[in-house]
Amino acid sequence: MPRQDPPDAPLLSIRDLRIEGKAQDAWLPIVKGVDLTVKRGEVFGLIGESGAGKSTIGLAAMGFVRDGCRFAGGSVKFDGIELIGAPRKLRRGLRSSRIAYVAQSAAASFNPAFRLIDQHVEFPVLRRLMTRTEAEADAVELYRKLQLPNPDEIGFRYPHQVSGGQLQRAMTAMAMACRPDLIIFDEPTTALDVTTQIEVLSAIRDAVQSLGTAAIYVSHDLAVVAQMADRVMVLRNGETIEEAPTRTMLSSPRQDYTKSLWAVRSFKAPPRQDAAPASTLMKIEKVDAAYGEHKVLSGISFDLPKGRTVAVVGESGSGKSTLARVIMGLLPARGGRVELAGKTLPPGYRERSKAELRQVQMVYQMADTALNPRQRVREIVGRPIRFYLGLTGKALEARTRQLLNDIELDPAVYLDRLPSELSGGQKQRVGIARALAADPQLVICDEVTSSLDQLVAESMLKLLVRLQRERDLTYMFITHDIATVRAIADEVVVMKEGVVVESGPKDEIFRPPHHPYTELLLSSVPEMDPDWLSRLTARNENTTV
Amino acid sequence: MASLIRTVKGMPPTALFGAAVIAIYVLVAVFAPLLAPYSEREVVGDQYLQWSAQHWLGTDNLGRDMLTRLIFGARNTLAIAFFATALAFVIGTVTGLLAATLGGVVDQVLSRVVDIIMAVPGLIFILLLLTIFGTGIVTLIAVIAVLDSTRVFRLARAVAFGIVAMDYVEAARVRGEGLLWIMRREILPNAAAPLVAEFGMRFCFVFLTIAALSFLGLGIQPPLADWGSMVRENATLITFGDITPLLPAAAIALLTVAVNFVVDWILHKVSGMKD
Repeated sequence: MPRQDPPDAPLLSIRDLRIEGKAQDAWLPIVKGVDLTVKRGEVFGLIGESGAGKSTIGLAAMGFVRDGCRFAGGSVKFDGIELIGAPRKLRRGLRSSRIAYVAQSAAASFNPAFRLIDQHVEFPVLRRLMTRTEAEADAVELYRKLQLPNPDEIGFRYPHQVSGGQLQRAMTAMAMACRPDLIIFDEPTTALDVTTQIEVLSAIRDAVQSLGTAAIYVSHDLAVVAQMADRVMVLRNGETIEEAPTRTMLSSPRQDYTKSLWAVRSFKAPPRQDAAPASTLMKIEKVDAAYGEHKVLSGISFDLPKGRTVAVVGESGSGKSTLARVIMGLLPARGGRVELAGKTLPPGYRERSKAELRQVQMVYQMADTALNPRQRVREIVGRPIRFYLGLTGKALEARTRQLLNDIELDPAVYLDRLPSELSGGQKQRVGIARALAADPQLVICDEVTSSLDQLVAESMLKLLVRLQRERDLTYMFITHDIATVRAIADEVVVMKEGVVVESGPKDEIFRPPHHPYTELLLSSVPEMDPDWLSRLTARNENTTV
Repeated sequence: MASLIRTVKGMPPTALFGAAVIAIYVLVAVFAPLLAPYSEREVVGDQYLQWSAQHWLGTDNLGRDMLTRLIFGARNTLAIAFFATALAFVIGTVTGLLAATLGGVVDQVLSRVVDIIMAVPGLIFILLLLTIFGTGIVTLIAVIAVLDSTRVFRLARAVAFGIVAMDYVEAARVRGEGLLWIMRREILPNAAAPLVAEFGMRFCFVFLTIAALSFLGLGIQPPLADWGSMVRENATLITFGDITPLLPAAAIALLTVAVNFVVDWILHKVSGMKD
């Protein structure tokens, strides 16, 4: 393609970008004067917590804002063309042919009624870049580049017939169909398991490199961005905190905020004073469970020692959340038994006594759906106290306030708030308070930190550890995040496809030799080292060859 | 009070108009005996008198004052429609929430019964029931309420199904809470908004049903004044180019429009749609 600009001119240059969003009839700034430049062939990483404005900037690079937002100033120049205020037709023409976008959820972005290749060829044909036959041949070529299995055939499947990781790669292939100059990746691997994430990351990286496409890579995961990007920008509350080449940024972050982000992964629970072995609180013996005909758990056995944290790890579909439902009695076990403090629990929650129900409480992954949006904190936390312990009036009020103090929320401020008036971390704290209100022995934490930002997640882990030490609580900690396990677990149970692969004290599990699956899980966790992915893929190739 | 003023200020003109019309209707209905120049059943002059200073809207087929009948009509028709709708909502919401919360057999039985009732054309079903049970006001309210509760049931069940799947309902279940508490405290507050919007809509339909039944002679019985029967009784006047019998019909139409404006606004507020 002939270009008038000198080859070293920036492909995308954003100057003093300001975007505002409408909230309760007032325009509030979301992006507050951000500058960034992407050169041809460069991969630019945008890092920040949720609400930092990184996705908004990603969309703005296409001259686009979400509904309810508007450009308030600045300029977005793509290859010398000003996109802000440009006619719709021009922006639409650029999209897909010169700028492409890969969304977080490929499953939600593909039309389920058409085959992958039909959707792939749509744009090249529409833009008259290729004929349908050429486009299909090119699609197969791109599928091969993205290391999809059976590249000749996979495009003729429907979206539901391929896995999540494959779908994400197919979407990247689709974004590359017109050989755009710039691709915007918005958290393309966030919804994937760690082992799948690696395949997708390396496929995307190789394809981007071999085609020389420039890219903006948006993610909240530093380690992932470190693998992908040449330059990194850290954002917070719509402002640039710091920008530098990836290696410089990793080795010597200048700003305090950046340093704190880097340090989060180093959190560790303080060692215990007493090394004495704990008594067993819960015994899970040969538990089988099924949804209808579909068997999801078979022969699960392990113990939960009193006052300790047992982490249950595994990828999605490994049955770890189902195990929690079995223990809670929501999904009665088909076989085996669950014993609490020496007594066998009835399989279904309806048959359990109030005292038995009180002993086991749960903290949910999604604080948004875990708290009734129409109840105030007072009622959410107060109800279990009233229900189980029979407190009313002043005693109830005092106990509720005490609990809020325990979870580090000021009762004077938060007691009468609705969940919608709380931040994500605060909601999760209220969820913890509700579980503690029953004064339980065992708390099941189902991915409690996975929907939180890293800084907030760390404070949540600290809180959980402190509460455990104060109240001698036992935790069953369900997670897919190995960093969390390293931080707080005493014992680890590794699950895969409904069976326990390996279990034991944390130090033993994390010390080689590992079970092959544990090895795979451990090695798949992105490290804060820009060479980690290359090293890992090189090693995998060596072992396969 | 301050929040009420703020709500009124935030209303679009259509909703404001609707709310004003509804307020006037309610006031007229409540204070009918004070506002009406004559009494509801009193024969005050000849039949079909023209509009005059004594009888602003003339007289009807029996020589009763039309304006008076119109004012009392608001009272009868509105009250019956309101109670029928309210009863329909009580029945429909309770059964709908039960079906969604308990699921399984309870849901199947309730849903199939509702399917059967809905399969019969409404007006014909009402006519049938009214012939069996007679045409008292209580029967009228009960029959309309039962029939209309089927639609409320479907809405309540559908809305509640989405809520039952939420973690907070699950948390309440494993806490050991009773069915009533779960329905009342966990589900109903979250299902209230669409149900309130539906209330306005259903109210309109009930209103029209009553008017239609009265027009057919099976609704509110004479000598009670009612807009539907007023149209029927005086319909002959239309042939002479007199628009008086159309006034009760216009009253029905205006209220329907007003209620729908308000419902529209509530729906917008509830769904969080931006204009």
